Amino acid sequence: MSQDGAPTLSRRHFLQAGGLVAVGAHLPGPGVARAAAQTGQGPLRLGFQVHRTGIGAVYGRWYERTTMAAVKLINEKGGIGGRPVEIVAEDDGTDPKRGAEVVEKLAVQHKVDLIFGTLFSHVVIASAPRAGELKIPYIVVSEGYHVASGRLNRYVFQPGITDVRAQVTAVAPWILKNLGKKVTLIFPDYAFGHDHRDFFSRVATAQGGTIRALIPIPPTETSFTKYFPRVPADTEVLYHVMVGPGVLTFVKEMGEHFGARRPQIFGFIDSLEGVDLASPGLEFLEGTYFWEAFPRYAAATMPPHVRFYRERVGVNDNGASVNDPRDVSTFSHMFGCWETLFIIKRAVEQSGYKKPGAAGYRAFIETLEGFQSFPEGTEHPQGPKKFVGRLHQVFGRQVVSKVEKRRLTVIHRTAIEDSMYAPEADYTKQPL
Amino acid sequence: MTLGLHLGVLALLGGLQLVLPPFHHGMLARIMVLAAYAAGYNLLLGYAGLMSLGHAMFFAAGMYGTGLTIHYLGVGVITGFLLGVVAGLAVAAAVGLITLRTAGPAFLIVTMMLAQAFYLATLYFNEITGGDQGFILSGLHLDLAGRRLPLADPAVKYNVALVVFAACLLLNFWIVRSPAGRILLALRENEERTRLLGYNTPRYRLFAVTVSGLVAAVAGSAYTLLFSYVGSTFAGILYSIYPLLWALLGGAGTILGPLVGTLVMTYLVDVASSLTTGYLIVVGATLVVTILWVPAGIVGGIRARWAPWLP
Amino acid sequence: MSLEAHLFLALLEGTVGALVLALTALGLSLVFGVMRIVNVAHGAFFMLGAIVTWYVSTLLGSFLLALVVAPLVVGAVAVVADRLVLRPIGYEPESTIVATIGLLYILEQAVLMIYGPYARPVTAPIYFRVDFPSFGYSGYKLIVGGVAAILLVATWIALARTKLGLYMRATQQDREIAQAFAVPVGRVYTTAFGAGAGLAAVAGALIVPVQQAHYLMGLDALLLSFVVVILGGLGSLRGTLVAAFVVGLSDGAVSVLFSPTLAKIVATLLVALVLAVRGRGLFGEEIA
Repeated sequence: MSQDGAPTLSRRHFLQAGGLVAVGAHLPGPGVARAAAQTGQGPLRLGFQVHRTGIGAVYGRWYERTTMAAVKLINEKGGIGGRPVEIVAEDDGTDPKRGAEVVEKLAVQHKVDLIFGTLFSHVVIASAPRAGELKIPYIVVSEGYHVASGRLNRYVFQPGITDVRAQVTAVAPWILKNLGKKVTLIFPDYAFGHDHRDFFSRVATAQGGTIRALIPIPPTETSFTKYFPRVPADTEVLYHVMVGPGVLTFVKEMGEHFGARRPQIFGFIDSLEGVDLASPGLEFLEGTYFWEAFPRYAAATMPPHVRFYRERVGVNDNGASVNDPRDVSTFSHMFGCWETLFIIKRAVEQSGYKKPGAAGYRAFIETLEGFQSFPEGTEHPQGPKKFVGRLHQVFGRQVVSKVEKRRLTVIHRTAIEDSMYAPEADYTKQPL
Repeated sequence: MTLGLHLGVLALLGGLQLVLPPFHHGMLARIMVLAAYAAGYNLLLGYAGLMSLGHAMFFAAGMYGTGLTIHYLGVGVITGFLLGVVAGLAVAAAVGLITLRTAGPAFLIVTMMLAQAFYLATLYFNEITGGDQGFILSGLHLDLAGRRLPLADPAVKYNVALVVFAACLLLNFWIVRSPAGRILLALRENEERTRLLGYNTPRYRLFAVTVSGLVAAVAGSAYTLLFSYVGSTFAGILYSIYPLLWALLGGAGTILGPLVGTLVMTYLVDVASSLTTGYLIVVGATLVVTILWVPAGIVGGIRARWAPWLP
Repeated sequence: MSLEAHLFLALLEGTVGALVLALTALGLSLVFGVMRIVNVAHGAFFMLGAIVTWYVSTLLGSFLLALVVAPLVVGAVAVVADRLVLRPIGYEPESTIVATIGLLYILEQAVLMIYGPYARPVTAPIYFRVDFPSFGYSGYKLIVGGVAAILLVATWIALARTKLGLYMRATQQDREIAQAFAVPVGRVYTTAFGAGAGLAAVAGALIVPVQQAHYLMGLDALLLSFVVVILGGLGSLRGTLVAAFVVGLSDGAVSVLFSPTLAKIVATLLVALVLAVRGRGLFGEEIA
C-alpha cells in the first residue's frame, strides 16, 4: 500500500519524543492554571488502539504520527484541563480478536482515561462491545458507517471524521451531473465496500442514474485483471474503492486493462492512500477524479491553519513525509486523529471530567453528545463540522479532485449539508 | 487421586477469581475458554494420534451456529449455545466421514483444505456472516433459575468460562478412562494391530474426530457468547494452528496439558506484544523449541520425569 | 467485451498464472518428492524472495541482480533451517510439519520486525503495455510467464541430466537403496530443501513488481501451491505442471463467469476430496 523507503524516524524514537513532551511540557495558557489547581492529578492518559501491523499498518503509522503531533501541540499549550496528555499506544495487529483484547488491556491494565484511534471497521466492530461492557468512551477514527447506523453502543463516538455514507451522499450528485449516468462500481466485498455499494446505488438511482454493474472483490484477492472484463462496454463512469496491501496492484491493473479506452473514472482516495500518484503504471489516471476528505497536495491558496497542520505533522507539498518523500501519507483519513484529540480536549474541559468512573464518563459523554458544530481552524484544519449527538457522528465538507500532471487538484467542494442524511439511530436514549 | 488432582485444579481456578486483579481475571476467563478448545484438539492429537490443521472450522462452526441464530432468529443464550454445538457436531461428523481413510500428513492437509474452504465460505456468504467485519451480539443474558445474569458482567463471564472448561476437562477425563478411550490410545500406537484385534477402527476414528470437533465447537460457541463477536478471523488458519501449539506445548495426551499450554502461550504473547511488533514470533519459536527439545510438552515432561500416574 | 475477447483474456491470464504457479509450487513438489516432507514454510520462502528483491533492487538498483541474489539468500536460510531443525528431528513427517509452521512464523515475524509491515513496490525492469483490440495487458507479466517457462525447463533438465538430479531421483525412489549405492542422502536432502526454497524465492522475486513485497504475501502462495501439488500428485513434477495449468486456466475461465471466491472454494474442496479418496494426487504416490 505504501511507497516506503528506509524508516526515517523510528516509532520508538517518536514515542519517546511524544512521551517526553507529554511529561515535560507545562506551559500553562490562560485559565489553565485554575483547572490544574482544581484537579492536581497526573497526566491525562489516552489509550491509543493503533494498527501497527497487519493490513492496516500504513494507516496506523500515519495515525500515530498525526496523533503525536497533535498531542505535542496540545501539551505545548498547557495540556487538557491543565493536565499534560500521555498517549498509551497498543498495537492491535488489525485483528478483531486482538482489538477487543487491546481495549481490555488499555482500560483494565493501563487504566487509561479514554480510548481512541481505531480505523479498520472489523476491529472497531469487535472492540466496541468490550468498550461498552467496560463502560469506557471509545472514540474511533474509522469513517465506517457502523457508528451512525446505531449498531454500536453509547460509549462509541466518531467525532473526527465523516462516515462513508455521508461521503458518498455528498459526491454522488456531482458524479452523475458531471461524469455520466451509467455507473459501474468496483468495491471490496465486505461491509466497508457494501456501504459504498448500497448508499451510492440508492442516491444514484434516485437521481436518474443507472448502475450498470456491481463488481465486488474478495478481501483476499491479490490479482485483479480478471475482474475488469466484467465492466460493461456502455459504462460511462467507473467508480472504484479499494483498501489493503493490494491497492497499487489494483489501480495499475485497471490502467493496463483500459489504457486510453477508459470510461470516466471516479475513485475514492482509499484506493491510493499511502501510494505516490507518480508511481510507474499510474500514468493513465491523468484526467480521472478522486474523492478526498482533505487535499493531499498543497495548494497556493491554502489557509494558514492547513499550512500549520501540514508542518506540524511533517508532510511536504506532495503529501509525503518531509523526511522521506517516498513515504506518502494517508492524508484523507489521518486528520481525524488530530481533530478527535481536540474534541476530546474540549469535551474533557467542558464536562469537568477528572478520572475514570461512572460519574466522570457520564459528564464526558453527555457533553460530547451536546456538541453541535466545530469551527474551521487550527483544531479543525480539514474544515468546519456539524456534529449530530444522537448519531455520535460528525459531518464535514468533502472534496472532488482531478489528477493533473500526476497531482491532485481540487475542483469541487461540497457543503456540509450535502453529506447529511436522515438519522436513523439515537444513542442518547440508551442507558449509561 | 488423579480425579482429585483435576478437581483440585478446577477448585483453584474457581478460587482464583476472588484474588485476581481485574486484568488477569479477564485474561484467565479468556484462557479457560481457549483451553477448552485446546482440550478438544488434544482429544484427537493426544489420544487418537491424528494431527489436524483445520480445527478452526469446528470452533467457527460453534461460533457461527450460535451467533447467527441469536442474531437473526433472536433465540436465547442457551438455545443459541445448543444450536452452535449441533452445528459443530454436524461439521465434525462430516469431516470425520470425509477423512476416514486418510492418515498422517494426508489427514492434516485434508483438514486444512476443508477448513480453508469453510473460511472462504464465511467470506463468500458475507451478506449473512458479515465476512471479515463480522457482527456483534450485545446485551446477552443468561436466564438461570429465575435470575437474569448479564454475560458482560466479569464474574458471570469468569464462571461461565469455568463451567465450560470444567465440563470439557471432565469429559476428557471420562473418555480417557472409558474403554473407548483405551481403544483410541491403541489406535494411536498401532492402527493395524488394533484392527486385527477385531476393533472397528474407522468407527473409533470417526468417534474421535466428532468428539474433538464437538468440544472445539463448545469452546467456539462459548467464546462468541462471552466476547460478543462473530467474524471470519476465527475461521482462519491461525486459529487452527493455535490449538495445535497449545496442546503440544502443554503436552499432547495429557489432560492438564492444554490448560497449561494455553496459559503459558497467552501470557507469552501478551508480554511479547509489549516488546515488539513482531510478537507472533514467539508462536513460531515455541513451536520449533517444543518440537526440538520438549516433544512431550510441559505436562508430558513432568509426567515422564516425576509423575507417571498423570493421565 | 465480446465472448471471444473474454476467452482470450482468460486464456492469457490463465497461462501466465499457471506458469508462475507451477514455478512457485515446483519447490514444494521437489521437497516432497525427495524428502517425503510437507514444507509449510514454503510460502514464507516465496515471501522472503520478494523482500530480498526489494532490498537488492532498492539499495543496489538492479532487479536482475536481485533475481540472482534472492534465491541464494533464501536457499541459504533454508539450508540453515534444515541443519538446525529438520535434521535433528529426523524428518519425521508430522514433527516436520509442526517445525515448518514454526519456521513460517519466525520468518514472517522477523521480516515484520526488520522490513516493516508495509507493501512496497519494486519497479519492473521492463514496463510496457500490450494493447489488444478490446483490452490491454501488462507486458511485464508476459515476460514473467516466459521466464517461468524457461526456469521450469531448466529445472527439469537439471533433474534429468545432472548427477545431482540423478541422486535426487534415486533418493526419491528408494532412500535406503540409494544410500547403499553411495548416494550422500543427507547432503541430497539439504540440497533439495535449499533448492526448493530457492525456486520459491525466484517466483517471489519475479512476481514482486506486479504485487509489491509484503510480509503476509506467502500464505496465498502456500495454499495455491498445496492445491496444485496435491492435485498433480505429491512428488510428481510433471503432475504439478499439469495441475498448475488445470488450475490456472480453469481459474481464468471460471472467474470470468462466476465469483472467484466461489471458484476458490470449489477448488479447495475438490483438492480435499481428491486427497481423501485417493490418498495421492491424480498422478503421484501415496503419502504415508
